[in-house]
Amino acid sequence: MSPFLSRVFGPRVSPEFVRADRMRYSLPPLMLSLARIALVVSVFLPYWHMTLEAPQYPEGLELTAYVNQLVGDVREIDGLNHYIGMRKLNDAASLERAMGVWMVIAMLFLVEGAALVHSRWALLLVLPALLFPLGFLVDLQYWLYSHGHNLDPTAPLSSSVKPFVPPALGIGNIGQFRTIASAGTGWYLACASSLLTALALFFHRRAYKPLYDRMLAEKASI
Amino acid sequence: MKTNQTKFSLACALPLAMLIAVGAPLPVIGVGIARSAMAAPQAPPTDGGKKKKKIGAAKEEKAVEFTPENMAQLQKLANDRKLTPDDLMAAAKTFQPSGRHDEYIMFASGGHSGQVFVIGVPSMRLLRSIAVFTPEPWQGYGYGVGNDVLKEGDIPNQELRWGDTHHPALSETKGDYDGEFLFIGDKANARLAVIDLRDFETKQIVKNPITMSDHGAAFVTPNTDYVIEGGQYAVPFGNAYATSDEYQKSYRGMVTYWKFDRAKGRIDMSKSFALELPPYWQDLFDAGKLACDGLIFGNSFNSELATGGIELNKPPFEAGTTQRDMDYLHIIDTKKAEAAFNAGKFEKVNGFPVIKIETLIAEGILFFAPEPKSPHGVDVTPNGQYVVIAGKLDPHVTIYSTEKIKKAIAEKKFSSKDSYGIPILDFDAVMEAQVELGLGPLHTQFDDKGYAYTSLFLDSAVSRWTLGGEYSSLHPEQPWKLVSKTPVQYNIGHLCSAEGDTVSPDGKYLIAMNKWAIDRFFPTGPLLAQNFQLVDIEQGGTAMPVIYDSPIGVGEPHYCQMIKADKLHPWTIYPEIGWDPQTQAIDPKAPKPGQEKVVRDGKNVEVYMTAVRSHYFPENVEVNEGDNVTWHITSMERTMDATHGFCIGGYNINLSLEPGEAATFHFVANKAGVYPYYCTEFCSALHLEMVGYFRVKPAVH
Repeated sequence: MSPFLSRVFGPRVSPEFVRADRMRYSLPPLMLSLARIALVVSVFLPYWHMTLEAPQYPEGLELTAYVNQLVGDVREIDGLNHYIGMRKLNDAASLERAMGVWMVIAMLFLVEGAALVHSRWALLLVLPALLFPLGFLVDLQYWLYSHGHNLDPTAPLSSSVKPFVPPALGIGNIGQFRTIASAGTGWYLACASSLLTALALFFHRRAYKPLYDRMLAEKASI
Repeated sequence: MKTNQTKFSLACALPLAMLIAVGAPLPVIGVGIARSAMAAPQAPPTDGGKKKKKIGAAKEEKAVEFTPENMAQLQKLANDRKLTPDDLMAAAKTFQPSGRHDEYIMFASGGHSGQVFVIGVPSMRLLRSIAVFTPEPWQGYGYGVGNDVLKEGDIPNQELRWGDTHHPALSETKGDYDGEFLFIGDKANARLAVIDLRDFETKQIVKNPITMSDHGAAFVTPNTDYVIEGGQYAVPFGNAYATSDEYQKSYRGMVTYWKFDRAKGRIDMSKSFALELPPYWQDLFDAGKLACDGLIFGNSFNSELATGGIELNKPPFEAGTTQRDMDYLHIIDTKKAEAAFNAGKFEKVNGFPVIKIETLIAEGILFFAPEPKSPHGVDVTPNGQYVVIAGKLDPHVTIYSTEKIKKAIAEKKFSSKDSYGIPILDFDAVMEAQVELGLGPLHTQFDDKGYAYTSLFLDSAVSRWTLGGEYSSLHPEQPWKLVSKTPVQYNIGHLCSAEGDTVSPDGKYLIAMNKWAIDRFFPTGPLLAQNFQLVDIEQGGTAMPVIYDSPIGVGEPHYCQMIKADKLHPWTIYPEIGWDPQTQAIDPKAPKPGQEKVVRDGKNVEVYMTAVRSHYFPENVEVNEGDNVTWHITSMERTMDATHGFCIGGYNINLSLEPGEAATFHFVANKAGVYPYYCTEFCSALHLEMVGYFRVKPAVH
């Protein structure tokens, strides 16, 4: 292994070595595996809900976002939004939705990879998974802003509705509607995955840092 | 909703998760993912996962407490409005707070309005009418759409555009309402209609090919294999002509067995047949159940064979038909009739199979039992052990034992034959009991406490009396005895208790269908509403108070059936966009969004239009004078109650487009000019703007 690669991948350890202190060396990959499971399962669960309440919708209207799709009363909400000139809901974040599952898969690979990298570079690999839940919300808020601010000026009610931003979390008001947005179980699971990854990385670093430092010291002494 | 990814199958997902769990090497995971054909979780169907509030459900139960202040207010209100404690109790029993649904749904015939009314019980609120034999614009029935159904009921050289709906019959399974279909007869023209209770719309009208008048329609056999249509005023079969002198020879009564194809939701004419009956005026029918399953019963009057003639100084019908002491209860063996039909033992009249009287006699299909003259109502008890005939002109109800009837038939205990050779069972051999109730007994229904209820037309009362036999143990009184009478206002015809003509009556609520209202309501000119009165029959004994008066100002309802609301499962929107209610399937020609167009083929123009709040697409349609126009519209709506109308002024077109509905109508653009079309059902804030122009370019002459 070239010096550069060995710096990136960090010190290799033998199976006997691992067996001698299983807790120290096996715990981080195990936690990373759990984090990946959580992330995979989250893809099947809703990341975000919005309920729209209005007098003439006694049951409310529902929107549910998954990593890769938006479901619920999309058609009805689009139908109502056309009066204020809002673009169709499915025009929002179409790239993100198309890429969503691939991104998650990429993150799974990276997190798997991180377990094999015994240097500080491991952080770089898990960074997307760490930031994913936050990124999801930021992106969502961006699209809510974008849709609320790009209203068709020729729409029937364009003159009576000013640009607006429905909050990505919490309660908002637009026309006769009250919007109640909340994170879904998928998002919470992604957060748990993120947290688990961070912890795993901490233990990972704690396990390998002495070995890494020793490796550098050995290299320097050669 | 759009998703361009394939469904994620759990079968793929699980191994994938397991691979990750055991920390498999990367390439293996890679293959796993590639095989999974790209993950894309498909969310549950739109309302699958939704936590829906149940519409119409009562609020959470908690004990209601009245404060002394409440009581004082109530006391004052009662004094101010002159309400007695009984009135307040009645109000408490019937009032439905906003948003709460009724416990029962009543289907009442609309008489010569040709409709059916759907009414909630106990609130007695009219929920909607169902147009059946009569065009009705709000439902868009007969003004572009529904015309084909109405046409099925026409006769040669005559459009029939009204009916006299008499007896609604809910479809049954094992003798209990199943809430799937409703049938109703048209007395004026001898027709039968099928209403699908998924969308409460008329799907089929069949015209009886042999006769022109019915009354005992509709009644269903316990599993709705057959819908029974009994005749009324005898005529020569098949639109033939015969003078009144030829009455005995040429006029005929009838009962028709209409075969119902439940899967198709239609009467199957090819498996239906009629029985030729003597020209007595058959009145009402009821299908046997449980103990007497396989038999049907019908009563009759005019065994005198009177032909009237008041203008010739002959006795008028009202006298001529009431001379004899006895008329005939008809007892018909359905299994044997079916066997004779299947064996081809029939003649065809107007192409329709009719089993002749001599066959009925030879095959042992038809028997008579004497019944007090000119009776009304023939009602089988829930257990099928008795048949109750109400006297009308006789103050009794006469109860026949079905077991005794079967025994008398088996032992050939006949007292005589009628002039057509039909065997008449010995009255004493089949009669179980007679109960004197009062004047003008007409119709009987039942409860779950061993009581029967019979309407008394002349007494203007509902009577409660006790059944005997195995019912004796259910009530404290003696069997076959009058228990009490409750006056009703006025001139009661039919009555109906909750599921009171099924194998398991609920013993709750009874509707007195009063023919006259006289002073009950504000007089709306000389034509007054009928009065439906709600009677509380939940307690036994003599307690049977009237608790609500409901004016029916849209027809002359005749009979009703009352079904527990939770047995009905109506659609709230059509299942899919482009739904054709006539076929109850997707209409392949239904216009889809993005494919709206106007297609011309010579003089035939086809318009493909979509409708969604708040516009039609297209908004300008131009044709030439004389063009044959076929117009298709699809409602793109998926929201409950987002109904659009569609009318074209000047062309007699008006549709009701319920969410998802696809409609097609035809007309000839025979008037040049500009005709706005617009939405007739207030749909949205921009409803007035939901409009378009239909331009008919004048032909060059």
